[in-house]
Amino acid sequence: MRVLEERERVFSVVGQRLPRVDGWAKVSGRAQYTDDLTLPGMLFGKLVRSTHAHARLVSVRLERALKVPGVVAAITGRDVPVRYSVFPVGQDETALAVDRVRYVGEPVAALAAVDPYTAEEAARLVEVEYEPLPARMDLEEALRNPEPRIHDSGPFGNVHRLASLEFGDVEAGFAEADHVREDLFFYGGNTHAPLEPHSALAWWDPGARKLTVWTSHQGPHYLHRGLARALGLEEHQVRVVVPAVGGGFGGKLDIFHHEVCAAKLSMLTGRPVKITLTREEVFYAHRGRHPELLRIRTGVKRDGRIVAMHVEAYLDGGAYCSFGPATLLYAGTQQPVTYRIPHYRFQGVRVFTNKPPCGPKRGHGTPQARCALEVHLDKLSEDLGLDPVELRLRNLTGPNELTVNWLEITSNGLRACIEKVVEASGWRQRRGRLPYGRGLGFACSAYLTGAGGSIYYSDMPHSEVHLRVDRSGGVTVYTMATEIGQGSATAVATIVAEVLGLQPQDISLVTSDTDLTPIDLGSYSSRVTLMVGNAAYEAACRARDLLLDAVAERLQVPRSRLVAQSRRIFDRATPEVGASFAQAAQWAEARFGCLATSGSYRPPQKLGTYKGSGVGPSPAYTFSACVAEVQADPETGEVKVERVWVAHDIGRALNPVLVEGQVEGSVHMALGEALMEEQAFRKELHRGPSWLDYKVPTVYEMPEVITFLVETDEPRAPFSAKEVGQGPLLCVVPAILNAIADALKVRVDEVPATPEKVLKALEEQRKGRTGRVGPTKVPPFSFPPPERVPRPQSWEEAAQPA
Amino acid sequence: MERAVRLKVNGQEHRVLVPPHRTLLEVLREDLGLVGTKHGCELGECGVCTVLVDGEPALSCLVLAHEVEGHEVTTVEGLATDGQLHPVQRAFVESGALQCGYCTPAMVLVTKALLDRVPEPSGEQVREAVAGVFCRCTGYVKILEAVQAAARRLREARA
Amino acid sequence: MLRLPAFQLLRPATVAEATHMLAELGPQAAPLAGGTDLLPKMKRRQLQPRYLVSLRGLRELRGWSGSPEQGLVLRAGCTLAEVAAQPAVRSAYRALAEAVAVCSNPILHRMGTLGGNLCLDTRCTYYDQTEHWRQALGWCMKAPGPRTPEEVPCRVAPGGSRCWAVSAGDGAPALIALGAKVRLVGARGERVLPLEDLYRDDGIRYLDKSPDELVVEVLLPPADGLRSTYRKVRRRGSLDFAALGVAAAVRQDPDGTVTSCRLVLGGVASRPLVLEEVASLLVGQRLEQEVLERVSEAVYRAVHPMDNTDFTVLYRRRTAPVHVRRALEALAS
Ligand SMILES: Cc1cc2nc3c(=O)[nH]c(=O)nc-3n(C[C@H](O)[C@H](O)[C@H](O)COP(=O)(O)OP(=O)(O)OC[C@H]3O[C@@H](n4cnc5c(N)ncnc54)[C@H](O)[C@@H]3O)c2cc1C
Ligand code: SF4
Ligand code: FES
Ligand code: FES
Repeated sequence: MRVLEERERVFSVVGQRLPRVDGWAKVSGRAQYTDDLTLPGMLFGKLVRSTHAHARLVSVRLERALKVPGVVAAITGRDVPVRYSVFPVGQDETALAVDRVRYVGEPVAALAAVDPYTAEEAARLVEVEYEPLPARMDLEEALRNPEPRIHDSGPFGNVHRLASLEFGDVEAGFAEADHVREDLFFYGGNTHAPLEPHSALAWWDPGARKLTVWTSHQGPHYLHRGLARALGLEEHQVRVVVPAVGGGFGGKLDIFHHEVCAAKLSMLTGRPVKITLTREEVFYAHRGRHPELLRIRTGVKRDGRIVAMHVEAYLDGGAYCSFGPATLLYAGTQQPVTYRIPHYRFQGVRVFTNKPPCGPKRGHGTPQARCALEVHLDKLSEDLGLDPVELRLRNLTGPNELTVNWLEITSNGLRACIEKVVEASGWRQRRGRLPYGRGLGFACSAYLTGAGGSIYYSDMPHSEVHLRVDRSGGVTVYTMATEIGQGSATAVATIVAEVLGLQPQDISLVTSDTDLTPIDLGSYSSRVTLMVGNAAYEAACRARDLLLDAVAERLQVPRSRLVAQSRRIFDRATPEVGASFAQAAQWAEARFGCLATSGSYRPPQKLGTYKGSGVGPSPAYTFSACVAEVQADPETGEVKVERVWVAHDIGRALNPVLVEGQVEGSVHMALGEALMEEQAFRKELHRGPSWLDYKVPTVYEMPEVITFLVETDEPRAPFSAKEVGQGPLLCVVPAILNAIADALKVRVDEVPATPEKVLKALEEQRKGRTGRVGPTKVPPFSFPPPERVPRPQSWEEAAQPA
Repeated sequence: MERAVRLKVNGQEHRVLVPPHRTLLEVLREDLGLVGTKHGCELGECGVCTVLVDGEPALSCLVLAHEVEGHEVTTVEGLATDGQLHPVQRAFVESGALQCGYCTPAMVLVTKALLDRVPEPSGEQVREAVAGVFCRCTGYVKILEAVQAAARRLREARA
Repeated sequence: MLRLPAFQLLRPATVAEATHMLAELGPQAAPLAGGTDLLPKMKRRQLQPRYLVSLRGLRELRGWSGSPEQGLVLRAGCTLAEVAAQPAVRSAYRALAEAVAVCSNPILHRMGTLGGNLCLDTRCTYYDQTEHWRQALGWCMKAPGPRTPEEVPCRVAPGGSRCWAVSAGDGAPALIALGAKVRLVGARGERVLPLEDLYRDDGIRYLDKSPDELVVEVLLPPADGLRSTYRKVRRRGSLDFAALGVAAAVRQDPDGTVTSCRLVLGGVASRPLVLEEVASLLVGQRLEQEVLERVSEAVYRAVHPMDNTDFTVLYRRRTAPVHVRRALEALAS
């Protein structure tokens, strides 16, 4: 395989600390984000949003709004009644509510006017009549009150989706255990809060009968399909273009109301329409972290080896499907990737509530269960009198193995990651010897490098790339890889540049335009570097083949001796013999005609065949380990995270600067989730949809971050490069919680672990109770019996007595 | 109500007809086409709309255009000269201090204002300078590095 | 983008002119200083004055005079950054320097003024929200939307007849602890009053002044050995308003005996809460552990926050004594 051959080489751009290719545009203010765009005759759109969490929509009257001079068009749910969803099984949202509203902030009408002031004024004049229904604002409430149902789509009551799987024989596993422990954990919901509010500019060209939507989005392909469906257009009539995106983190992946409405308003008026959300509206757009209650029961041998595990997850999904079916399953998939679990049961339920829909946020569905598990393992190690690190080491998975839930692990650098952070933090010398109030916490995690399955079924590639070399020596790469700040543009340019012997800045990129660029499924599940990267690698190799053939022929040098490096193609044996890249391009064009190549990538087939096995498989997994050091104030409950050591198995860093940046950004986001951020509600209202009330950590809260990049050989990834955008977040949250426990000898089994909760735990302890704050019971719900899935052969063999 | 206002932005005089309720942010972006200045709340909370007024950072979403008449406004578009990035901008690119880039115009401007006043800032001064602008991507680590790198660059250029 | 409602901007050249404009226009007008409090509230339609009287051009409101020995005069138009940098404030009136330093963030410091800080609107988690949010809530007494205050209850204490919005400015508690007075100038003359008398225990009519009166200067008495400090409880190290502010100022004999003491809390009531009785426990005592314990207990009894800021009521009550004690410990050392 090609990749292996490449690995032998010394690289010229891969692994270098080069500036990112979009750096100049962004730092100079020239990068154009969607709201920076204007078109001639453009109208300004505005959504009118529900003031009720749950109500029958009696009427929406537009007359007064339409009378305002300058208002050009206004619509209600009747104008956009088609249901849609990214998930084929979902299809429960409309661009504007039709006969029911299900959360405060759900759009009920939209209008377009000649200027934003008029649009805002007119929006106030839309008259909406509601007939309130009881609102269910959390899991417990929604499960206790099956009527009235928020949706009819789930199996019963307010249950949206269910999962119940068993790998091996969990009861038999528990029977072998020397010790069994059960813990409950609650992970509060939180949201992405990208700095750039969502924005969409739509233009329907009546002549061409074609709709173009420029939008701040991270999955243009799914949006493309969704828009066509919602608007009753053929897919080829829709073009989605993604300008610069000011942060996504999963929050710009769905099909959003403002996108469909801007398009519809443009179709009605024949003029471009732009809708940019306010900060408050971004909180309603949400699709963030599901609030989730977890119950984990683990059986271990005296030496710490896990024999069985049972994970139950209760997800508060908010009012719609969004990515919920995947989120639910993700809660169960990753535990066996870090630890060998011979018998494993996962049961989960996603429940509808009257809040903005939850969806994919960095780490999609996995951080909650990961956090619960890592805290649980800490307690288990205490029960056994084992060092928490040691307990993990006794259960680690290794490279090239199949997990009990049929996930294929290829490269695995977890052990090395653990060694790094344990060593650097002085864990073995310092842990347990710190003064009261100071603590160290440890945790591990794993994440996917790209989802193995697409959201809708197809046997087509997940990523494709076109590459063009022109006679000037210019190279243009066409890719739908969507740059949201994570560095996908630089990753693609680096891969192509490495293959062709150029610099990343030499590569022109045409990105994220459904008319111009071939497919990529989107910037989610950390899939771009590996999948687009492999496609780009293939396209680049094919172009290089053409160039080398032409040069070999012209210069009469054996082709095998030619290399592409330093913007030249030359004879390895006599480097003076060669041609500039541009010269080579001309020879190749003369020889072969137009120099255009392409590459595509399709992930390996999944191995599991059970229902739900489509979620969890990935071509490769990344692994991370973290030690966090905190200083906690026993009188006020305040926790300061002072230092965080993170080691991440990156495979190979295409550009270490960008990789470190992802780790540091993950630490920041994890810090917020662990200690202060919460998408919280009071009665039916969001507690504070603003930067002041939603507590994203500032620069003062940031700890020192010490990052280690662990390199492993990953044959499935281009130049071995695995993901880094999401994985490193996962272990940081539980490491912080474990550090708090070490510092104060109390447990906050809930995030965010606010000073209030820390103080409460201390008070409990002072009163002689267990110093713990956290959930004490699960909601009234019984899971259906699990589907018994046979374990992979390797597990059965391992179980045979020798 | 509407009045012609003379604004000096990036050294250039503009006359714009604006009613008093229009903010500097709106006028920069919507009347002058200077969309390098971003917005993320319009309530004075996120800091990404920061520009320099007479060399000091100000939140353009909370400044009335009428009230900056006679003052010098600098936006991110005014930093690079002759197609050359300002040393602060170069330091940001080279240190990897930007990801999505949405906070970057503001970050670069607060850095410039700081280094114009304090050529050799302490870590605390750097944190204070960037504390007014949120960044959701970088965790600030490389931003803090970039500010120090820019300070070094500027000192070297002066020496 | 959130937009401002339309208004007329008036730009007087003198304080006298400004006060006459305000007197003439009555409650439809508001003074505009740095705008960092007023403009966001207008964007959220919490306030909708039809006229803004800009104080920016008023020379009389700029600068300061005096010294720690004679007493310091800070004029209302000073920005918070200027106040924080003022050498006398830094050396002799620490509580003020510290309070201003932890106000909002460094960019807002350069925009917000001292006058605006002292006249800052009271805050409440049901009030400092967008128009849509408050409409969904059904409004509240302080900002009743299309209804009248009598028609809508307070959401914090629905049975009562008053608003409990909180005085959350950082400047006022510090200045009151330092014994500051303010000079007000109105269309019909001027008056000087102790700063604490500017505030009323009412979330809606929180200032005891007529709409045409401007705060023109803050008068600090001679420092005279006064030692002071300010602590603030907030979730983050920047941006956030005080869920609790503690200003403490003491004078001590050479042997450490307290001769006078002022303790003022922000963020717990509709006005800065002056803890006179608690402070009196310290007079004649040294700042030692046992006294501080008694003070802590007294603080706990004196503080009754409502559930309308960040942090739970219970937490704010539990930790107020800790922060008061720590403020005093800082002064003792
Ligand atoms: C995100 C954010 C965070 C903040 N955090 C804090 C904080 O932590 N602590 C804090 O104290 N403040 C905070 N503030 C509020 C504000 O920035 C400061 O209090 C500032 O000092 C207000 O001054 P200003 O000049 O901007 O007031 P303006 O907004 O101009 O005025 C405020 C009010 O005072 C009136 N007024 C202004 N000047 C006078 C005068 N001379 N006489 C009579 N009335 C006058 C105005 O009419 C208005 O009602 C914050 C603001 C924001 C946007
Ligand atoms: S205290 Fe009551 S009346 Fe006052 S702002 Fe809050 S909810 Fe409204
Ligand atoms: S736009 Fe957020 S502070 Fe101005
Ligand atoms: S780089 Fe994205 S917000 Fe700072």
